[in-house]
Amino acid sequence: MTIVVLSRRNLLAAGGAVLATGVLTAGVSGLLLPARADGLAPTESMSGGANNYRKGAPVVDRIGKGGFWMSGTVRRAGDGAPLAGQRIQIWAHTVEGQEHEPQSHGATLTGKDGAFRLEMPQIIPIFGQPHGHLAYDSGEFKTVFLRPIMRSAKETSLEAHFVLQPA
Amino acid sequence: MIWAALALAIGVPIAFAAASEQLAWRGPVYILAGFAGIVALGLVLVQPLLIGGYLPGLSAYRGRRVHHWIGGALALAVVIHVAGLWITSPPDMIDALTFSSPTPFSPFGVIAMWAIFAVALLALLRRRLGLRLRTWRIVHLPLAIVIVAASVVHCLLIEGTMETISKAALCAAVLAATIKVMADLWRKRALRGERISN
Repeated sequence: MTIVVLSRRNLLAAGGAVLATGVLTAGVSGLLLPARADGLAPTESMSGGANNYRKGAPVVDRIGKGGFWMSGTVRRAGDGAPLAGQRIQIWAHTVEGQEHEPQSHGATLTGKDGAFRLEMPQIIPIFGQPHGHLAYDSGEFKTVFLRPIMRSAKETSLEAHFVLQPA
Repeated sequence: MIWAALALAIGVPIAFAAASEQLAWRGPVYILAGFAGIVALGLVLVQPLLIGGYLPGLSAYRGRRVHHWIGGALALAVVIHVAGLWITSPPDMIDALTFSSPTPFSPFGVIAMWAIFAVALLALLRRRLGLRLRTWRIVHLPLAIVIVAASVVHCLLIEGTMETISKAALCAAVLAATIKVMADLWRKRALRGERISN
């Protein structure tokens, strides 16, 4: 006869394993199948993503004095084709200003490969989490607000990826 | 000895937070809001010590009186904490209060806040409502447990000005003091129950 021991530790371990598998599958499928014909789902806005958003931040070479890199990609939902020339707006609470202040905001355009990269001041924890904000808000595609979190406040870069669907 | 330990448990985390480099990038209102939160956690530690009679030099009566006043101060500290954060970033505070914040610690803070307000309000109205001590305890004890548990989780999950180890130590002290006072209360009640049944 087998005795199943249901301790808190077992349950936690099992829960953790299930969670890890889920995260891994999601991560791997995202990496391996970027261009599957009808498969690429559009990115949903994250909760709190639009907080302290300011409409029409200017396209800049660098926000403030720089030192931190925000990068990512913009692709089309469905076929995953890279979208060039898309304006991505970026803002955060940094060493040079609070989230709502104009000098903390800037925008950049994606290159031919759909990638963008903008230098900005170091992001620091605000409201208990070191995080950045990004927006696609140009109108051709549906508006998306993202709020990626840094694994540690010491990191000097952060990534966010957009998959856009027609407006 | 207990007084010294209490002063250290509350003073050290506040001193570490006051030395945090994060403060350089924050406005005065945000800094005030943050420290109101830390002070509130310190007061949550004082409360069970007072009502349990563990602080030498305070009579049971004085301890209870001070417990009432500290309770009021705790509610005030929470008001300053929430108002300061609201002024700093209104959309983030609204998300938190409506339980739609992306930060996992926010709902715990909001639950603790409502529990603190509920206890403070009921304490003010206790006489007027004619609540007996027994009834009052049935209401206050579960709310106190909610306040302590939710405050500790809220605080531990936040990445802010508090230094990790001194923060964890303060949280552990809050939990220990609460468990001790609850256990003592339980034992006293058990003893009294025995006496009555005999």
